[in-house]
Amino acid sequence: MSDATAAPVSTARRPLAGRLKAALVLFAIFALMPPLAAVLNDPFYVLIGTRILAYAIAAMALDLILGYGAMVSFGHAAYLGFGAYAVAILSRHGVNDLILQILFAAGISAAFAFVTGAISLRTKGVYFIMITLAFGQMAFFFFISLSAYGGDDGVALAQRSTVLGMDLLKSDFGQYYVTLALLVGLFLLCHRIVGSRFGRVLTGIRENPTRMEAIGFSPFRYQLTAFIISGCITSVAGVVLANQAQFVSPAFMSWHRSGELIVMVVLGGVGTLAGPIAGAVAALMLEEWLGALSKHWKLFFGVFLVLMVLFSPRGITGLLEQLGLARKRQ
Amino acid sequence: MTSLTVRNLTKSFGALKVTDDVSLEFVPGEIHAIIGPNGAGKTTLISQLSGQLRSDSGTVLVGERDVTRLPMSDRVKLGLARSFQITSVLPGFTALENVALAVQARNGSSFRFFRTVSDEAALNDAALVALREAGLDHRADITARSLSHGEHRRLELAIALATEPTILLLDEPLAGVGGEDAEAFVANLQKLKGRFTIVLIEHDMDAVFALADRVSVLVYGRIIATGTPEAVRSDPEVRAAYLGDEAGEVV
Repeated sequence: MSDATAAPVSTARRPLAGRLKAALVLFAIFALMPPLAAVLNDPFYVLIGTRILAYAIAAMALDLILGYGAMVSFGHAAYLGFGAYAVAILSRHGVNDLILQILFAAGISAAFAFVTGAISLRTKGVYFIMITLAFGQMAFFFFISLSAYGGDDGVALAQRSTVLGMDLLKSDFGQYYVTLALLVGLFLLCHRIVGSRFGRVLTGIRENPTRMEAIGFSPFRYQLTAFIISGCITSVAGVVLANQAQFVSPAFMSWHRSGELIVMVVLGGVGTLAGPIAGAVAALMLEEWLGALSKHWKLFFGVFLVLMVLFSPRGITGLLEQLGLARKRQ
Repeated sequence: MTSLTVRNLTKSFGALKVTDDVSLEFVPGEIHAIIGPNGAGKTTLISQLSGQLRSDSGTVLVGERDVTRLPMSDRVKLGLARSFQITSVLPGFTALENVALAVQARNGSSFRFFRTVSDEAALNDAALVALREAGLDHRADITARSLSHGEHRRLELAIALATEPTILLLDEPLAGVGGEDAEAFVANLQKLKGRFTIVLIEHDMDAVFALADRVSVLVYGRIIATGTPEAVRSDPEVRAAYLGDEAGEVV
C-alpha cells in the first residue's frame, strides 16, 4: 500500500492490565491466608482453602471458553473427574508423582475434549449446553461402572502425591501453597492466551462469527482448540481435589458440579479470568457459612444468586466497577 | 486484480427464485454496479459470490479458479472480500482491533498463544493504513460499538481492504449515509478505483453514476441489462422496470 507513513499507535485501552492487577490482589490475599489461619488457630481453613483454590482453577478454565469463546459447557465436571481418577489410578500402580499425574490427566482430558468437542461444536446455544451435559453424564456413568476403582463407592487414596520425590503435599500448608502456585501459573498461562493472536480470534468469534468467516477465519478449529485447553486445565483442579480429599468418587463429576462451576463463573463475571477466581471463593465460602447456619442453605444461596443476577449481571467484577474499584468496560 | 466470472448462477428459497440464471463477467479493475429495486436479490447474489450462501447451480470463478464449492473463509484467502449491507463488525473491539484481526487473517498463523497481539506493530501499522484509506484513522482507538453509523460504514470498508483483496464486493456501502458524508465517502471509493475489481451494490444513484464503469440491472433475480451507465440509463426496459419515468427526468 502506498502511503505507509503509519504513525505509532497509542493503545490507550489496556483491559489486560486491569485483569492482571485484580488477580495479583487476589493472589496476595491467598498467600496471606495460611499464616492468618495459624494465628487464629484454625488450620481447618487451610484445607478448605486448598479446595477453594482448586475450584478457582476450574472456574478460570471454564471462563476461558464460556467467557471468551461463548461456549457454555455444562459437562466440565468430567474433567475434574479425569484429574481425580488420574491420581487414583496412577497411585494404585505406584506412580505418585504429581507432575506425571497432571500430564496423565491432561492427556485423557485432551482426548475426551477433542472427540466430544468436535461433535458438540456442530451445535450452538442451548443444544451445545445439552450435548456437553450428555457427554459429561456419559463420563460420570463410565466411572460408576468402573468397579476396579471402587465404582459408585469411590476409592480412598493411601497417600498424597509427591513432587519429584519430595513430600511437598504432605502437610496441609504445603499442599495449599503448591495449589496456589498451580493457580498462579495457570492464570498467567490463560492471561497470555487471552491476549495473544489466538485469544483475539477466539474473542472475535464470540463477538461475531459471520464477520470472522468473512475475513477468513473458520471458527471451528479455534473453538475446538480452546475447548481442549480448557479441559486440560480443569483436570489439574481434579488432581488437586483428589489429594485434598484423599478420596476419589464419581461424585466429582456429577452434573451438579458442572452447574456449580458455571455459577462460579457467572457470579465472578464472565470473560474476566480474575472474576471467576473470586466467584469460586465467594460461592464456596457462602456454602461454608450458610451451611453452618442452616441445612436449607441452598435456598438462601439461591436468593443471593437471583439478587446478584438482577442487580449486578456482570457479577463481582460488575459490582466492583459500580463501586468505582475497577475500570468499566467501554 | 483478478476477474470474477459468474455463470448460470441460481438460488431458490422454496418456490421463490431469488437468483435466476445470472451470468456476469467482472473485468479486472472495473467498478461494476448492480442496481435493482428492493427485493431484486442483490444481497443474495453478493452472498453467493462471497460464499456465505451456497448456490443451487452455476459456477463462480475467481480468475481461472472455480470457487463455487468453497466456504466464505477460504474465498477470502483467494482475494475475494465483502462488506455487509447491515454493519457487521466486532462491537467490543476498537476500530483498530477490528481491522488488525483482518490483517492477522492474511499474515502468519493465528495459532500463537503467548505473544501479546496488541503489541504487534506489523498488524497495527497495516491496520492503520487500511483505516486511513477508508478515512477512519482518526478514530482508531474507539470501540466499534461507540462509532456512528457513517463511521461503521467506513469500518466495514477498512476491514475488507485489510484482507488484501483483489476483488471487493461492496454491499450498499453508503446505506443510510447522507449529504456531505456520502460525498466524502464516494471520493474515498473513487481513490480505490483501478486497484481492485469492485462489485458495487448501491441504491444511491448519484454514487452509482459517479463511480461505475458498467452497470447491471437486476430485477426479480434476472439481469435485464448490462452496459455503461449512459446506455443503461436510456434503456427503455430498465426505465420501465426500475428507474421509472420521473426518476428518468431526475437523472
